[in-house]
Amino acid sequence: MTRLLAAIAFAVIGVVQQPQADSILEARTAEVAAQLRCPVCQGLSIQDSPSELSQQMRAVVKDQLREGKSPDEVKAYFISKYGEWILLEPKAKGFNVLVYALPIVLVLGGLGVIAVAVRKWTRAPDSPA
Amino acid sequence: MNWKRATIAAACVVPLIILFGYGLTRDPKDIPSPLPGHEASPFALAVFAPGQPPLNRAPGDTVRLAELKGQVVVLNFWASWCLSCRDEHQILSETAKTYAGKPVHFVGVLYNDEPANGTQWIEQMGGQSYPSVNDPGARTAINYGLYGVPETYFLDVNGRIAYKATGPVNERLIRHVVDSLMAAGAK
Amino acid sequence: MLAHDSILVSMAVVLFGIVAVPVAMRTGRRGLLPYAFAAVYTNFFLVSVAAFAMVYALVTHDFSVSYVAQVGGRSTPLLFTVISLWGALEGSILFWAWVLSMYAAAVVWINSRRPGNLVPYAAATLLFVSFFFAILLVGPADPFGVVSPVPPDGPGPNPLLQNHILMAIHPPLLYLGYVGMSVPFAFAVGAMLSGEVETDDWMRITRRWTLSAWALLSAAIIAGMWWSYEVLGWGGYWAWDPVENASFLPWLTATAFLHSAMVQERRGMLRLWNLNLVVGTFLLTILGTFLTRSGIVSSVHAFTTGTIGYYFLAFIAIVMLASLALVAGNSERLRSTGRFDSAASRETVFLLNNLFLTAFMFTVLTGTLFPLVAEAIKGVKVSVGEPFFNRMSLPIVVTLLFLMGVGPALPWKAASKAELKAKLVPPAAGAGLMLVIALVAGARNVYALLAFAFAGYAAFANLREYWIGMRARRTAHGEGWGTALVRLVGGNRHRYGGYTAHLGVILVALGIAASSTFRTEYEATIKPGETISLSGHTLRLKSMWGREEPQRSVVGATLEVMDGSVVKGTMEPRMNFYPMSQAPVPTPAVRSRLLGDLYVNLQAFRPDGSNATIRVIYEPLVPWIWFGGGVVVFGALIAIFPTGRRTDA
Repeated sequence: MTRLLAAIAFAVIGVVQQPQADSILEARTAEVAAQLRCPVCQGLSIQDSPSELSQQMRAVVKDQLREGKSPDEVKAYFISKYGEWILLEPKAKGFNVLVYALPIVLVLGGLGVIAVAVRKWTRAPDSPA
Repeated sequence: MNWKRATIAAACVVPLIILFGYGLTRDPKDIPSPLPGHEASPFALAVFAPGQPPLNRAPGDTVRLAELKGQVVVLNFWASWCLSCRDEHQILSETAKTYAGKPVHFVGVLYNDEPANGTQWIEQMGGQSYPSVNDPGARTAINYGLYGVPETYFLDVNGRIAYKATGPVNERLIRHVVDSLMAAGAK
Repeated sequence: MLAHDSILVSMAVVLFGIVAVPVAMRTGRRGLLPYAFAAVYTNFFLVSVAAFAMVYALVTHDFSVSYVAQVGGRSTPLLFTVISLWGALEGSILFWAWVLSMYAAAVVWINSRRPGNLVPYAAATLLFVSFFFAILLVGPADPFGVVSPVPPDGPGPNPLLQNHILMAIHPPLLYLGYVGMSVPFAFAVGAMLSGEVETDDWMRITRRWTLSAWALLSAAIIAGMWWSYEVLGWGGYWAWDPVENASFLPWLTATAFLHSAMVQERRGMLRLWNLNLVVGTFLLTILGTFLTRSGIVSSVHAFTTGTIGYYFLAFIAIVMLASLALVAGNSERLRSTGRFDSAASRETVFLLNNLFLTAFMFTVLTGTLFPLVAEAIKGVKVSVGEPFFNRMSLPIVVTLLFLMGVGPALPWKAASKAELKAKLVPPAAGAGLMLVIALVAGARNVYALLAFAFAGYAAFANLREYWIGMRARRTAHGEGWGTALVRLVGGNRHRYGGYTAHLGVILVALGIAASSTFRTEYEATIKPGETISLSGHTLRLKSMWGREEPQRSVVGATLEVMDGSVVKGTMEPRMNFYPMSQAPVPTPAVRSRLLGDLYVNLQAFRPDGSNATIRVIYEPLVPWIWFGGGVVVFGALIAIFPTGRRTDA
C-alpha cells in the first residue's frame, strides 16, 4: 500500500518538474485559452480543442501575452471580435449574477429547511410532523 | 388538491415551457457579430491568386486595407475545402465584374488552406474575377471574428465594418449592401 | 411498407390499451385488463418488427428507405452499419420507442399477476409515452420515408460515430438507462391513480427498477466519457456539453432517490419528496431529449432537426402539468408518519445528501439553460461552459464526497457522543494520508486538496464498514476472511452493494481529481527521427504513413516510446479523413498504465510527411475512472439481485 502511494507521489512529482524554457508563458496562455470558447466546435475551449482555428487562436493569445497584455486585455480583445459569447464563463455582472446566485440561494435555503425540519422531527414525538 | 403546491409548481413549470417555446424560434448557431459599426482591423496580405483584368493584382503584391480607404470593400473568406463556398463562388465573381471601375474592391481571403489548393480550386471553378490573398495563421480571420467559411464582410468608405454575412451570399444581398454603401459614401 | 404500417398499427393497439385500463377500472370490468396487457406485448412485437426492418434495410443497403439514404453507405463496415440505427435523429427515436416498448412488456410480464390497480395504470402510463414516440415516428421523425429515385449509395454515418467501438456500447446503455427511468415514473403515476400511493409496496418495486436503470445510466455516462476520451482527441472526457449534462441530470436525481428511498423504507418519511424525485427524474430524461433533439441549445452532438422540437414541447408541457397536478392532488395523503430520533443520525446525512445532489442538478440545469434565458430576457448571447460548471460544482462535489464518508459511518436513529467519536474520527486517517500525498505531489488548489482528503475519508469509512462486519463474523462464526466477506455481503446486499458503489464513485473521483490537477501536456512540431518529451516520457517520431480504407483515408504517425535508447513500445495516433466531413476525425493513441495514461494526438502534419505536430498529454489516474465506473455498476448489481436466502421464517 505505502509503496503504491509512494509511487503515485513519485509519478506526480516527476510531472511537476517538467522542464520548459517558456513554461510560464505556456501556463498563462493555457489559463486564458481555457476561458475562451472554440468558435468551430462550440462546446470546447480553444485550449482543449484540437481544431486548426483553436490552435491559431491560442497562438494569438500567446503573442498578446508576450507583448505584455494582461489576461483581461486579451479576453477583451476576443470579446470585441466575437462578442461575450466567446467567454466560456459569463461575467458575474448584471443579469448574469443570477446563474451564480441561484444555486447558492438553493443550497442555503435547503440547509435552512433541513435544519427546521430536523428540529421539528426530533423535538415533538407526539404530534405527527 | 393542494392548491398552494399546485400554484407553486405551475409557477415554475409554465415559464419553463414558455422559455422552451421561445428557444425553438431561435438558432443557437446564429451568433451576432459585435463588429458592424466598428472600424475594421487593418491588414496587409499577399496576393496568391491574381484574378482577371481589370480587377487583377500581381501575385505577391500586398493588399493593404489602408490603401482602400474611400472605397467600399467586400472581404470574402473562403477555402478550397469548404463546400458552401462553391455555392457563392460564381455569384461573387460575376457580381464583382459588374462593379469594375466603380469605387468598390472585392478581395478573397483564403482561410486555413494552402495557396496551391486555392489556386487549383479557382481553376476548377472556372476562374475568379477579383484577387485572393492568403492569411497565414488566420490572424486576419480572427481579427474579423470569423466563425467559419464562407463569411463576407462589407466595409464602408470610411473603413468601418457595415455588414457581415454568414454563409453563402446571393447577388441581391451583395448589390443591396454595396450599392447602399456606395450611395452613402458619395454623399 | 411493412415497417411503417407496423408503427401505424401499433398506434391503434396502444390507444386501445390506454383507453381499456381506465374503462376496466371505472366500470369494474377487470376482464378487459388481460387485453390491455396483450396490447403492451403486441406493441412490443410491432415496434420490434419496425426496428428489425430498419436494421435489415441498413444491412442490405436499401437506399429507398429515407433513413438508410441518410446514414447508410456501402463502404461502411457492417458493425457501424448496424449501429447507425441510433446514429441520427429518426433512428434514435425508433430505437428509443423500441426500448420503451420492451420495458413496458417486461413490466407487465414481471408484475401482471400482482393484484390491485397499480400495474394496469403503470402499463397504461408506459403506453401513453409509447404513443408519443409512435406519433414522432409517423410524423416529424419518420425513418421509413420513401426515396425516389433510389440513390446508388449513401454518405455513411457521421464520422464521429463510426470511429470507435464504444459507439456500439454507449448509446444502447444510455437509452436503456434513460428510458428505464420511465418505469419508475409509470409506477409513480400508477400509484397515484390507483390510490396505492400511501402503501410502500409500489416504492419497493420502483426502487428496484430505478436501481437497474441507474446502473445502466451510470455505465452509459462512464462509457460516454471514455468515448470522448478515445475519439475527440483533446485528452478530456467531460466538457459539460448539453448532451452530457442531459445524461447527468436524471442520474443526479435518481441517485438522490436511491438514498432518500431508504429513509422512507426505514422511517416512513419523505414520501412526497420521493414521489417528486421519481417524477422529476423522468421529466429530466424527457427534457434532456428535448434539449438535444430540438436543436434548442448548441451542442456538438445535437442532431439537426425540423419540427420535432414542437412535438416534444407539447409532450413536455402535457406530462409536466399532468404529473404535477397529480402530485399536488395526492400530496395531502403523503404526510410523513415517522420522526427522527436525533439530528446525529444517518437520516440527517441522507437529507443533506439529497440537498446537495438536488442542488447539483439545479446548478447544471440552470447553467445549461442560462444562455437561453439570457437571450430571451436580455437579448444577449452568452456561453456557459466548463469553467462555470467546474467552479460551481466543485464545492458541491467535495461536500458530497465528505457526506459519502459520514453517512455509512453514522448509525440509523441516533448516535451517542462516544459512538460519533468512534465512528467519525478514525477515517480522518484516510483523509490525512491522501492530503499528504496530494501535497507532496504538488497540489495547492483548495478544492483539489479537499477532494483528495474527503475521498480518502470516504474510502476509509466505507472500507471500514466491511472490515467491522467481517471481523464480527469471524469472531461470531469463526469464518475465514473470504467466507466472512461473501456471507457479509450476501446477508445484506442492499447495504454492501451501496458501499461498493461508493468505492467505485471514490475511484472515479480520484481519477478526475488527479487528472485535472496533475495533467501536463506539451505540443511540438517534430521531424521523423526527432523526439518529444514530457514528464519523463520520451517519444520518437519514427515515421509518418498513410493508407486508404474503403470508407476513409487514414494518416498516422508511428511514435516509439523510449526508455533511454531502448524502445519500450510504439504508439500510433491517426487522423481519419471521411469524404463527407470537412474536418478530419482524430484517433489518439493511449498507453494505459496503473497510474496514468500517456495520451498522444496527431494535431497536424505536412502532406509530404516531413513533419508532424504532436500533442502529448500525461493523464494521471484516468484509468481509475473507467475501473471505478465498473465498480459502481458491480455494486449496483450486488444490490439488484434479491437476497439469496430463502425465507427462513
